[in-house]
Amino acid sequence: MKASNAQWAKELSGKMPEDLSREIDIFETEMALRKQGKLDERLFAETRLRRGIYGQRYDNGQRHDGKKVQEVAYPSGELTKGPNTMWDAPGMQRIKIPGGGLNAAQLETLADLAEEYSDGIAHVTTRQDFQLHYIHIEDTPSVMRRLAAAKITTREACGNSVRNVTACPYAGTCADEVFDVTPYSRALSKFLLGHPDTQNLGRKFKPAFSGCSQHACGLASLHDIGMIAATQTKNGEETRGFEMYVGGGLGAVPYQAKLFDTFVPQEELLPLAQAIARVFARLGEKKNRSRARMKFLVQDLGIERFKELVLEERRGLAPDPRWTAYLESAQQFEEAPLRAAGEWPQSPSGAFARWLATNTRPQKQEGYVVVTVALPLGDITANQLRSLADIARQFTRETVRTTVEQNFVLRWISKSDLQQVYTALEAAGLGEAGGGTIIDIVTCPGTDTCKLGISSSRGLAAELRKRLGEKSFELNESVDHLHIKISGCFNSCGQHHVADLGFYGVSRKVAGYAMPHFQVVLGGEWEHNGGSYGLPTMAIPSKNIPEVVTRLTERYARDRQAGENFKDFIKRVGKPELKNILDDLARPPADPTDRSLFSDWGDPREYSLGDMGTGECAGEVVSPVEFGLGAAEREVFEAQLAWEKGQVEQAGKAAYHAMLQAAKALVMSDYPLISDDPDRIISEFRTRFYDTQKFFDPFAGGKFAHYLFAAQEHSGGPYTSDSARYLIEEAHLFIEAAHSCYNRMGTPAAV
Amino acid sequence: MNLQHVNVKLLIEDFGDAGLERLIPVFHGWIQDRARPELLLDIADYRHVPAGPGVVLIGHEANYSVDNTDNRMGVRYNRKAELDGSNQDRLAQAAVAALSACQLLEAEPRLQNGLRFNGQEIEIFVNDRLLAPNVEVTREVLHGELESFFRKVFRNGEISISYDKDPRRLFGVSVKAARRFSVADLLANLGGRD
Ligand code: SF4
Repeated sequence: MKASNAQWAKELSGKMPEDLSREIDIFETEMALRKQGKLDERLFAETRLRRGIYGQRYDNGQRHDGKKVQEVAYPSGELTKGPNTMWDAPGMQRIKIPGGGLNAAQLETLADLAEEYSDGIAHVTTRQDFQLHYIHIEDTPSVMRRLAAAKITTREACGNSVRNVTACPYAGTCADEVFDVTPYSRALSKFLLGHPDTQNLGRKFKPAFSGCSQHACGLASLHDIGMIAATQTKNGEETRGFEMYVGGGLGAVPYQAKLFDTFVPQEELLPLAQAIARVFARLGEKKNRSRARMKFLVQDLGIERFKELVLEERRGLAPDPRWTAYLESAQQFEEAPLRAAGEWPQSPSGAFARWLATNTRPQKQEGYVVVTVALPLGDITANQLRSLADIARQFTRETVRTTVEQNFVLRWISKSDLQQVYTALEAAGLGEAGGGTIIDIVTCPGTDTCKLGISSSRGLAAELRKRLGEKSFELNESVDHLHIKISGCFNSCGQHHVADLGFYGVSRKVAGYAMPHFQVVLGGEWEHNGGSYGLPTMAIPSKNIPEVVTRLTERYARDRQAGENFKDFIKRVGKPELKNILDDLARPPADPTDRSLFSDWGDPREYSLGDMGTGECAGEVVSPVEFGLGAAEREVFEAQLAWEKGQVEQAGKAAYHAMLQAAKALVMSDYPLISDDPDRIISEFRTRFYDTQKFFDPFAGGKFAHYLFAAQEHSGGPYTSDSARYLIEEAHLFIEAAHSCYNRMGTPAAV
Repeated sequence: MNLQHVNVKLLIEDFGDAGLERLIPVFHGWIQDRARPELLLDIADYRHVPAGPGVVLIGHEANYSVDNTDNRMGVRYNRKAELDGSNQDRLAQAAVAALSACQLLEAEPRLQNGLRFNGQEIEIFVNDRLLAPNVEVTREVLHGELESFFRKVFRNGEISISYDKDPRRLFGVSVKAARRFSVADLLANLGGRD
């Protein structure tokens, strides 16, 4: 699209690392081949994904404009850049930032690209990456070249590859860390990038590093491999290493990573990661994408067998000098300040005092703090990026990092400079207080740009920020420290499972029309590297979610016991009482002519999931299908209660029964006399909904039906705590899929 | 110098957050009614970002927005697709598109008469640093061409022209007329229609 595209290769020749430059040339050739029809669209799709070039909503050439589905007549006609993905449709460019570390020049490059190729905004993700949206594929080689010249790559930012290696953004400054994980995370990132052993993975593979086990900064428990710094003393000598976890991951059904080893010596970090990748590549599921993450492999094999296989693989690896070449410099790695250590500001007041309280974190190095630059919804403008670069140059040795909470941190700020730094940030519109508090809401892109989005996570986040921001000075201190995280669908990119108050988008049919909802997820824990995962409580219309937040936080502030955190409070109050508190918010609007609930936050279009019809109002009649689905929801709720009481057998059985109930409800829509026999229900469901693909999710295919079939196979039990929990999550998703299927079916015939 | 990707921003009177919120259904309406010559695709809502792009109507050939960059709110046209013709043609195309969009917004009942061109100030940017780096040479080369364009826009009225000289920013020029003009006047001065 850009008139200058042809000139950038020449302009930047010799300024890019050789390997990155070659990579981009290859991609440009692949683009040309695709345009000539000489490269298959599926192959091209994986090729571009491995360069971080991702699809965006409406790229299939259709968009529901609120009244009807409009065909989007792109000039390139039928040319595609992947199955059902039009060539000209704007897409997203993901940019990998290992450990979130950036210098000032890199910030400026990102600013230029956001302005010239995107819509003026750079977006920080929950994995310390950047994303630029609305990028035309023809511009991507220029974008990648300009990034490469700034020593940034997009390679393997998406697709079935090793994704950004994340790390605690406070590494090296935190008083609680065991040691600075920065050089190790960088070494692993460099080592695995483009490594031949990581080119045949069945699915993405996400590594993360943390300096300690008690805080959430590294989120080791929710990664494919998570490393927590550890030391061991032998013969009086202390050596570095890592407590290593494997097989974690959020996604539709979240898995806590399993402990692989309490101490992996530092020299074994790279070879062991390589061996793990090889085992995953060899044994991981390749065909069924919904079972292809490493968490399923670890679960299926069991951690002991998985470990045996990895260690066996490790023994067979040919030695590689890179495994240890970096260790000496890693040991000595240390960032330095630019300015002399200083004193805390004297008697700060007003907005500055609030900012100091929420947006600074003392460093272990006396006289310095880490400053959080809180970004609303992870968004930053080009001008703000340039201002941040100026501030980084003026007050630090350009020690800037992104965080998994979608913010920036400026490290090594002298305490004496805090007033000046605040003033400079404030002038750039970056001085907002509340970093890490309840208003610092994490959200995925949701329906704004994501093809899989069901509800508007960003719209909801913006609304909650506004409302909570208005009363931030009144908020009880205990409430101020809660975390809200929102995903637009069950895939958990907003990390809702590890929030105090988590939400993920679902849809419901109300009076014959689709209405955007969010599942309320409670009981998760952000601390301890994402120490426990919350469970869905109930689905509530999107427009009622701010009231959910108000009621739950007010109740917490009022009834909290001394020192009780939100997770424990939720557990003590119990799900039945929580349901009582929220029940009326889940009900359909009293006034049937009130259409406000049928559109989403920030989007006045009548809500729709794609091109489903909306003119089929069934009045107030509730069909047996809806009754059946409601019963299924009740049963899965009971399963959850049983699980929380430690009654795992009962929980597993109830979750399975909830799925059966939902399947039966669907079957009833064209076979009203279906019996209660589980085998019969499943066989009818298979014939009528699975084989016909009526139940298939437009993106996940038959994934959710497989949950039911697998549950049937294991219906005799026994269940473990883990397996019952997974089954409950799967039952939730199966019921959601049943709701979606019912939505797609339109108005059922009277039964 | 080949001017492509011209952006034109017409500064508006105070519009406020409520105005931006009301703009969203208007832009959705433009997509529904195919109200502009470009292929219109989607809306990006950045009301939460201080001094940001505001509300952006994303199109294939161009974006329209009510933009608040530098805390200066205005109706902005951002030409993304290349255009044939002379530099004057391309400046005129972007200016007419911005003016026409502004005219529609001024007349839009859903905005409750809330959007008004301030009558005097226009900014122009070239959204491509390689074609038009923001350096002295570019200003020297383009000054005459820009001046004659502004004379045409403001029909030889008294104007002052200033440049943003931060080399990191886009090539940008602001013009301020000594008296107020209506959008219709400026459109007529440019030969009228998009
Ligand atoms: S959670 Fe869902 S809506 Fe959000 S980015 Fe992930 S896939 Fe998209």
